[in-house]
Amino acid sequence: MGLKYNASPNVELKANKMIDSILKEYNTTPIENVTVWFKAAAVTKFPKNGGACVKYNEKQIAVFNFTREGKWYACQNLCPHKMEMVLSRGMVGEDMGTPKVACPLHKNTFSLQTGENLNGTLSAISTYPVKIEDGFVYIGFSE
Amino acid sequence: MKTVIVVGNGMVGYKFCEKFVAKETSEDYKLIVFGDEPRPAYDRVHLSEFFENQDAKALEMAPAAWYAENGIELMVNERVADINREEKTITTAKNRDFSYDYLVLATGSSAFVPPIKGVEKKGVFVYRTIEDLEGMLSYAAALKAKNPNAKAAVLGGGLLGLEAGKAVMDMGLEPHIVEFAPKLMPRQLDSRSSQVLQLKLESIGLHIHLSKATNQILGDDAIVGMEFGEDDVLDVEMLIISAGIRPRDELGKSSGLKMGVRGGIVVDHKMQTSDENIYAIGEIALYNQMIYGLVAPGYEMAAVAVDQITGKTDNIMAPEIDMSTKLKLIGVDVASFGEPFMPAAKGHSIIFENKTQHLYKRINVSLDGKRLLGGILVGDASDYSMLHQIYLNSMPIPSDPSQLILPAGDGGASFGSAMDLPDTAVVCSCEAVTKGQVCCSVKDDGNETVKAVAKATKATTGCGGCKPMVTDLVNETLKSLGKVVKERICEHFDYSRQELYDIVKMKNIQDYDELLDTHGKGNGCETCKPLAASLFASIFNETANKQDTIQDTNDRYLANIQRNGTYSVVPRVAGGEISPKQMIAMGRIAQKYDLYTKITGGQRIDMFGAKLHELPLIWEELIAEGFETGQAYGKSLRTVKSCVGSTWCRYGMDESVSFAIEIENRYKGIRSPHKFKGGVSGCIRECAEARGKDFGFIAVEGGWNIYIGGNGGATPKHALLLAEKVDKETAIKYVDRFLMYYIQTAQPLMRTAAWLDKLEGGIDYVKDVVINDCLGIVDQLDKEMQHLVDTYKCEWKEAVENPEIRAKYTHFVNSTAADENIEFVSLREQKMPAPWA
Repeated sequence: MGLKYNASPNVELKANKMIDSILKEYNTTPIENVTVWFKAAAVTKFPKNGGACVKYNEKQIAVFNFTREGKWYACQNLCPHKMEMVLSRGMVGEDMGTPKVACPLHKNTFSLQTGENLNGTLSAISTYPVKIEDGFVYIGFSE
Repeated sequence: MKTVIVVGNGMVGYKFCEKFVAKETSEDYKLIVFGDEPRPAYDRVHLSEFFENQDAKALEMAPAAWYAENGIELMVNERVADINREEKTITTAKNRDFSYDYLVLATGSSAFVPPIKGVEKKGVFVYRTIEDLEGMLSYAAALKAKNPNAKAAVLGGGLLGLEAGKAVMDMGLEPHIVEFAPKLMPRQLDSRSSQVLQLKLESIGLHIHLSKATNQILGDDAIVGMEFGEDDVLDVEMLIISAGIRPRDELGKSSGLKMGVRGGIVVDHKMQTSDENIYAIGEIALYNQMIYGLVAPGYEMAAVAVDQITGKTDNIMAPEIDMSTKLKLIGVDVASFGEPFMPAAKGHSIIFENKTQHLYKRINVSLDGKRLLGGILVGDASDYSMLHQIYLNSMPIPSDPSQLILPAGDGGASFGSAMDLPDTAVVCSCEAVTKGQVCCSVKDDGNETVKAVAKATKATTGCGGCKPMVTDLVNETLKSLGKVVKERICEHFDYSRQELYDIVKMKNIQDYDELLDTHGKGNGCETCKPLAASLFASIFNETANKQDTIQDTNDRYLANIQRNGTYSVVPRVAGGEISPKQMIAMGRIAQKYDLYTKITGGQRIDMFGAKLHELPLIWEELIAEGFETGQAYGKSLRTVKSCVGSTWCRYGMDESVSFAIEIENRYKGIRSPHKFKGGVSGCIRECAEARGKDFGFIAVEGGWNIYIGGNGGATPKHALLLAEKVDKETAIKYVDRFLMYYIQTAQPLMRTAAWLDKLEGGIDYVKDVVINDCLGIVDQLDKEMQHLVDTYKCEWKEAVENPEIRAKYTHFVNSTAADENIEFVSLREQKMPAPWA
């Protein structure tokens, strides 16, 4: 997957198997499939026009408070490019009307609506529905 | 298959190859090229640039690989010694024989060395090849080490002599020009323009000696002076002879080709010599009883010879060759075109002269006042392209022709636009590209930038003199197609960075959303957000803490994100000076948080592997030990690298470390379009590599030399000289202004080297702005820089002291757990991130 690292022989590679199992954790969840609304944190904990990372069991979910649009978005925190948990630290923005997040590592951008990679051919990221109730942020999961 | 042998791999010889392989029929021929210099053809016209960067590769017409790619056999370092016309073979100095069907002689010229007593002495050079230049450089360096005020003379005040004068200046020697005639550039300029040029050159430090016949060169083994008359002696320790050229026509003589009385191989309008299988082009060809020492006619000859050999025999040399030239000599525009000296019987001259501004313009018009016949421009040749075209195309001129040269706004106006030219007008004479071709390239082939047009048509790729006109043509054509020529930041802002800079400053907008609402559209993106953040920082010295979600991740968390999502921490170690106590403190903290440590290229210590939540804890401890942020994460000043300087070094001329610390503390925290670095060296040995930095100071006898616009990285670039031997205060002032000017005008993510490259007028223009104040803005620049210096604060101190800012340093917003995904493995007793699988 991705770049081959030229490591000294005594360094163990992060097993592909592990990456597969991490990826399997994340599945785009349409709102009608939601079985659990997870109460993540107070609205005030999230920066305006920015994101923060929510822990849900073993999952890491990036949640964005897109104030300019007046909307909230959630997606996997994992960037599929180099498999690092960083998307919540990315900048939000807009690409011809599509809300997006730019990965802080290499500026790969993903649609916050569909998860699709907007400036390349990486696999799409998983997205999740968000709702706000009584000043709290809830993320919807099907498991 | 026929064999064409080209003897000589100079500019014209190369041009022959280029035009030859472009022919469809070129596959029917084998092309073999011999050059006696050790490298492929290079741009001799811009030879003096070698002194600025010592980069022979940059001057190459094409890399060695180009010849192979085009099926040309190139043999450098192999001089052709003989021609056997009967057998149609040549013999090289290595005693190898090759046979030819056609032979093209392009051996060019060598420097003419007048028979003066003592010319063989050490320290006497000619100015012709890169090897000549290398010899000069090492001789000059040895001279300067002995005597920093050494003088060097150039024999010859013509075009090449003045170029050599620039080389002497660049080498840091006191330059003297010695000319036999009573004026400079006697072949191109009349007496008045020559005087204006002399005044200008003297004002920038050249010493000029006219009407001097050199009797002998003084000195035992090496030159120590030149003697003109009995008591007329000039003490110089180096001499560059540039007294004209001699065609290298030995092969013509030895093989019995028809020769000119004073040298040169006679050719006809097909460039054919007296042997129908042998052609001669460039500076050895005697055409119309003339040797043409300019590039454009040489290229034209190459094109004619190519056509003749490949069977397109109707292309012949024009009966009259245009000798018009425009050049920049030591930063001074000089141009002459058509008939520069006009006998009164043939026409009238209109002359504009302003010695206070070192300006001279002369045009010669026909007696009926209807046609332009020629002219001379010194000091400002911006009208040259237009005037030259009017002359070449016999275009009508205004009834009051003085309007052509009078300064605009002074009753005069610039006449016409490039678009008024006929389509057949040749705008690039080096490559023979017409106005029509340029415009078609834009209109029909969709080339919408000067760069694209240059690639498609080759216009501007020769001497580059036509660039302003081609730029006009491209922009005007785009406009005529209804296209807007504009640089915009992204889909959200219809402005260039510089325009947005002015808006933010003039309207005092300090908030990104407000800027987007009032001057942009949509919801922003990862391009315009950090750009706006950089503007707010450069203008208001706002730290990255205030609007953190418009910052790149590094600025948002005030640390450098690394491969596995952890961060590295770099405290400022100004000038690279660090005490044992500070090292112990840093070591203790790095050990406590289990950080990988490494010395950076900028002479400081980088600590890797900090998790997000650890950053404020680490910084709290660093700040308690007296450290402050090093801004290694920002598009801002990184470090000012220094050598140890006169405080310890036995060669040091000044205290480079003290200066580096002072300057690093002055510019720390200043945000700019890209990162920038500095360097201070205590002597010309340059251990701090200051010329590889965006700004650099080098201590010399009598002060500091300032260099700007260098960098390492993907496109390494040596910094260029901004000022010489200035005191520290002046040095700081000039660099203050340069940096502010760069910050205000550069495009996003453009380093100073690229900025300088793109800046019209280059380094000379920067000098004009920051030293001569040609824009009248230095007071403003000084004020703005001082504001940034005065309002610096350590943004990490601000962050650790503010609980609200500190709160963002957690991986999870709803848990204090660490990110389990981060994995380290061991490496040479330290740690590194687990590799990407």
